[in-house]
Amino acid sequence: MPTCDYFCGAAEHAVSRRGFLGAAAALGVSGFASAAAARELTKQQKRVLVVFLSGGMSQLESWDPKPNTETGGPFKTIATSVTGTHICELLPHTAKQMHRMALVRGLNSQNPDHGIGEKIMLTGRKPEAGIEYPHIGAVSAKVLGSGTGLPGNIQILPNGGGGFDKSDSTFLGPKFGAVSLGNGKPPADLARPAALTDPADRQREEIRKKLNDRFAKSRKSAATDAYTESFEQAERVFRQSDVFDVTKEDAKTADRYGRHDFGRHLLLARRLLEAGVSYVKVSHSNYDTHHENFDFHIEQLGEFDRPFATLLDDLAERGMLESTLVVVMSEMGRTPKINQNYGRDHWSAAWSVALAGAGIKGGAVVGKTNATGTTVTDREVYSAHLFHSYMRAVGVDPTKNFYPNDRPVPIADPKAAAIDEILA
Amino acid sequence: MLDPTATKLEREFKHARPLIGCRFDPSGRFLFASAEDDTIQRFDLLTGAKAAFTGHTSWVRGMAFLGSPSTGSGELDAWANRAQALEAATGFAAATLPAPKAAPFTLISGDYHGNLIWWPGESDSPKPIRTVVAHTGWVRAVAVSPDGKTIASCGNDNAVKLWTADGKPIRTLEGHASHVYNVAFHPDGQRLASQELKGIVKDWDLKTGISSRDLDAKVLHKYDPTFMADIGGARGMAFSADGTRLAVAGISNVSNAFAGVGNPLVVLFDWKAGASKQLKPKEGFQGTMWGVAIHPAGYAIGASGGSGGRMWFWKGDEVVSSHTMNLPANARDLAMNAAGTRLAAALSSGAVQVYALK
Repeated sequence: MPTCDYFCGAAEHAVSRRGFLGAAAALGVSGFASAAAARELTKQQKRVLVVFLSGGMSQLESWDPKPNTETGGPFKTIATSVTGTHICELLPHTAKQMHRMALVRGLNSQNPDHGIGEKIMLTGRKPEAGIEYPHIGAVSAKVLGSGTGLPGNIQILPNGGGGFDKSDSTFLGPKFGAVSLGNGKPPADLARPAALTDPADRQREEIRKKLNDRFAKSRKSAATDAYTESFEQAERVFRQSDVFDVTKEDAKTADRYGRHDFGRHLLLARRLLEAGVSYVKVSHSNYDTHHENFDFHIEQLGEFDRPFATLLDDLAERGMLESTLVVVMSEMGRTPKINQNYGRDHWSAAWSVALAGAGIKGGAVVGKTNATGTTVTDREVYSAHLFHSYMRAVGVDPTKNFYPNDRPVPIADPKAAAIDEILA
Repeated sequence: MLDPTATKLEREFKHARPLIGCRFDPSGRFLFASAEDDTIQRFDLLTGAKAAFTGHTSWVRGMAFLGSPSTGSGELDAWANRAQALEAATGFAAATLPAPKAAPFTLISGDYHGNLIWWPGESDSPKPIRTVVAHTGWVRAVAVSPDGKTIASCGNDNAVKLWTADGKPIRTLEGHASHVYNVAFHPDGQRLASQELKGIVKDWDLKTGISSRDLDAKVLHKYDPTFMADIGGARGMAFSADGTRLAVAGISNVSNAFAGVGNPLVVLFDWKAGASKQLKPKEGFQGTMWGVAIHPAGYAIGASGGSGGRMWFWKGDEVVSSHTMNLPANARDLAMNAAGTRLAAALSSGAVQVYALK
């Protein structure tokens, strides 16, 4: 089994308050809006949510089942809210949301390795020598902005750890790097220490400002401005720390999402998106089922299904779904062939991604695989096509360029184009 | 008496698709093997004939039988001997001696769509007699009481259910908190044992429907924190014929659930006392113990799949196996006939191998 590098709990990634607040502050946004403005922002600001099913969810046990074939496994299909579209029985709640969703069943992501596959799926490009492309989280934070002073690129990890990862923003710069919340928890030291009273904190900040102003009089520069801004932004994040606290939700809402980690993480994602965060990635672990694929998909999709369906309902009820692109992806699919241990192995040649929300044509199903799911027979697409589609769905022209070092780099791979059939 | 070292491969039947489970019928003449194509294949040990039972729409692992054996294993062996003698004398194949007509019996099979199907087990053209929607989700095991009056099934709805011989519900035994992987009647017909994903074995009083105690086989369960999933459950389960011992089999010592990195294990209970011991293979082996049997001579026998296929034998008080047999592919189930004269291992290759015990 190839090494899995989709999760790293290394100690050096442990989050610090300074790093977290600094990352948040560096976005250069205008600060908190009023409640009314926030509601308006909710309706207008485009956002992206990626639900990343780590390890590689089986397309045959989800979006593209092949029941009663040699690759189909033991599960049956169920009808969905879209006439003629069937998905695996493991997703009964999601099936009722299919009118809000589009399925891309003809994906060939071209590499069945965890690390490379994840990069391909999140950047929309195959790795190239000489350039590292930014992940969709950093791109979203850059092109969509963030309206309320929170970081624009947040990922919620299933386990502990967390921290700030500038590597996924590459040439866009560290201010668009991902802030990770291990197990959905804010940094442990986000809150001001209890021993530091509010007056004392204000006094401390006044001293800092005086020293900063004195320094700026003689050596003012863009760098010092950014430094100053970072503290002000950090203060705004600190003042909005309740956003990270899902216990602020009423019990009924928490029950709907489910009283387990993944339910809590999706609920947190909704709070962050509602607060104006441009991009949230929620990872659900794990689907790397080389052994006992069917038992484990019962367990994992049993945990995924209801919270995900609730999320779509919740976003719709709050008027956020039309402005929030939701993508369910993995780093790869799983082999149609069932191995001797009832497992499925890595497979990138023919699998599926599901989308919903902003700019997505609900009920669309694009692409086909053959009877046993081993190859794409109609409308094969690559991750690049998906990346174009994500951008188009949130109103961004993917053919525009970034200009790292004054060199034009298209937002999405120019060799591909959006999948028009799934766009509203 | 049993000499494990004298165990010999008697014959092999092949199917085109990987097998899932296997069971001998009560007479020991027929071997039933379920496969990944949703069928059950019946192999006639006398004639070698193969018949397909088609009607399930998902995989089958639970199989059990109604009907007392009218033809004992000895009679079958006698027929085989007569056929061989005839062939030797005449030079013609055994087909010249008509095989005895099989006595009627019923196969009850459970599938991963939650259905139980009753079949005429001896029929030349078997069709479902009855289908009962028994569980929500998978049926993982089926058992028949010693008197043939009660059928037990269990599955992913965390329930154990009791049925009459003709498929009417009697009672649901509730108490398990996770998927129920296996079920077995005690030979006295008064008790029923069931085991769940998380390793709890329940001892049910069939008169009251109450579980009077939990036996601890938690060594067969682990929550893998890396992959954030549970692995466990009794993949095999069997009482000794005298009812003094209960064996449950599965995977233990798991370090990577999603790659199947763990070791096959049999947990053997002293049924009365509830004490248990762990029966381990002598050799290092990675995989799951998919089937277990207790031979009347006192041996526990387990079959495993993972890094290949193996069968192991433990005698009496042994906790480390004393005899090993290599199998050509992963074992996915183990069956022993009622007389204790044959074993069968269903393999991931699609073959089912029959071994003669001496």
